[in-house]
Amino acid sequence: MALLDIRNLRVEFDTAKGPFRALDGVDYTVDAGEVLSIVGESGSGKSVAMLATMGLLPNTATITADKMEFEGLDLRTLSAKQRRKVIGKDISMIFQEPIASLNPCFTAGFQLEEALKVHTSLTGRQRRERVLELMHSVGIPEPERRMNSFPHQMSGGQCQRVMIAMAIACAPKLLIADEPTTALDVTIQKQILDLLMQLQRDSGMALIMITHDMGVVAETADRVIVQYQGKKMEEADVLSLFEAPKHPYTRALLAALPENATGDRLPTVSDFAKSFAAEEARA
Amino acid sequence: MSDPILKVRDVTREYVIGGGLFSKPRVLQAVKGVSFDVERGSTLAVVGESGCGKSTLARILSMIDPQTAGTVEIDGLNIDISKTGISREMRRKVQIVFQNPYGSLNPRQKIGHVLEEPLLLNTDMSAAERRDTALAMLEKVGLKPEHYGRYPHMFSGGQRQRVAIARAIMLKPKLLVLDEPVSALDLSVQAQILNLLKDLQDEMGLTYVFISHDLSVVRYLADKVMVMYYGEVVEYGTREDVFDNPQHAYTKTLFAATPDAGVEAIRKRVAAKKAASAA
Repeated sequence: MALLDIRNLRVEFDTAKGPFRALDGVDYTVDAGEVLSIVGESGSGKSVAMLATMGLLPNTATITADKMEFEGLDLRTLSAKQRRKVIGKDISMIFQEPIASLNPCFTAGFQLEEALKVHTSLTGRQRRERVLELMHSVGIPEPERRMNSFPHQMSGGQCQRVMIAMAIACAPKLLIADEPTTALDVTIQKQILDLLMQLQRDSGMALIMITHDMGVVAETADRVIVQYQGKKMEEADVLSLFEAPKHPYTRALLAALPENATGDRLPTVSDFAKSFAAEEARA
Repeated sequence: MSDPILKVRDVTREYVIGGGLFSKPRVLQAVKGVSFDVERGSTLAVVGESGCGKSTLARILSMIDPQTAGTVEIDGLNIDISKTGISREMRRKVQIVFQNPYGSLNPRQKIGHVLEEPLLLNTDMSAAERRDTALAMLEKVGLKPEHYGRYPHMFSGGQRQRVAIARAIMLKPKLLVLDEPVSALDLSVQAQILNLLKDLQDEMGLTYVFISHDLSVVRYLADKVMVMYYGEVVEYGTREDVFDNPQHAYTKTLFAATPDAGVEAIRKRVAAKKAASAA
């Protein structure tokens, strides 16, 4: 049985101009220990889908799905209280802007401890030990000193490490990473991706990696879902996606990589728009 | 024949930091004696990690901050704004495009005004002339005349970056400093902006100083590449030299860190993972 099983997910937002459909009937399944990548440009609904799973969308959003289960638990009917028991413990998430997602008023150690305080029954001393252990495992140098640092005293890469430590604090079964390295440098990006992959391998958790960077997909994913304007364009395992992309949009995304530039100009997605229309008509 | 539009010699920039109640101020050298030339109509890419001084260099070249020591010569003009200030003539030579198009446009200013402001400050054009120039510029960067009266929040990230580029080239500068202009953008939008920059360069004979940490973009756009590390230039050469035969350890690290989207690399990774899970 899949760890996360979502069928026909639709998300609509109420706007002044009437309902806006951000996500239109997409299926997601993730097995335990699998790395799934969701790729698409902004507005493709890739973040919205995972925020809906987490129950983090504002109440202007209407979420409907035929099925939305995590380990057999129906996420649609959970009360807020029940949901809090799952979210942050069995499913956790890291976000794009590490510096913005930490609370500037509290130290890194305090914020890490908070996750443990809510979800475990450890004593204060045990929690402190666990915090040090976690900071050590995500590769923060001098954890004893860094525990008492505020987010503004740390670099973006270190803040992202703290976010990751917080996300894995309760040994989640599913970690959702929403563009975890977009705000970071290439060298730091490499370190963070390596860290995520190593944690994933060691703990056997499932990982959903949301990104717009085909390079990140190539380095991390087992299976890939390509989304465009709220619809799923293609789903394939990573090798066949890069070897033989089926959908024209996927081909467009791969062609837009600057390293694949053949001539003087980069092909853009709009160059491929005609072939999408043809594809749509056939479907 | 070499015809450098930009000559930079031993430029240093120091910041004094700290000096709180109990601590002595200390001097941080963000840029330590950097020298290079940029040929007219070519693109120099400056690569390095955050904190290596590449944005400080951009601020010096675009006359936002003065250098502490050294000389900068742009199109024959000696630039040292701490001593001489900035004349209209100097302003017209260099313009800058920033990384984040959400932060670099005033939310209360219509696009038309954004574009006209450099003309208002630096030229003697009449209002009608300014308007015509702005409308023509909108078209040039791939926007529409009806965008003239709109506000920045009505635009997407890619469109905003087009506006920022349009604003920068309103004065027909010789040199355009691009401080990570595409790193906040999606892949497909990034390709559009890079194409636009290439077209504009061909059309207007612009010279670019292109700051980036994305090597694949650099490879696509640059003629020469300069790699900075802790305020110093550790590698400087033509694109082919730097990419085919990197010398410095930091450049090699940078190449190793860049994700490889090649099919071979993926096949290797997938095979390694399969082997690990079988064992």
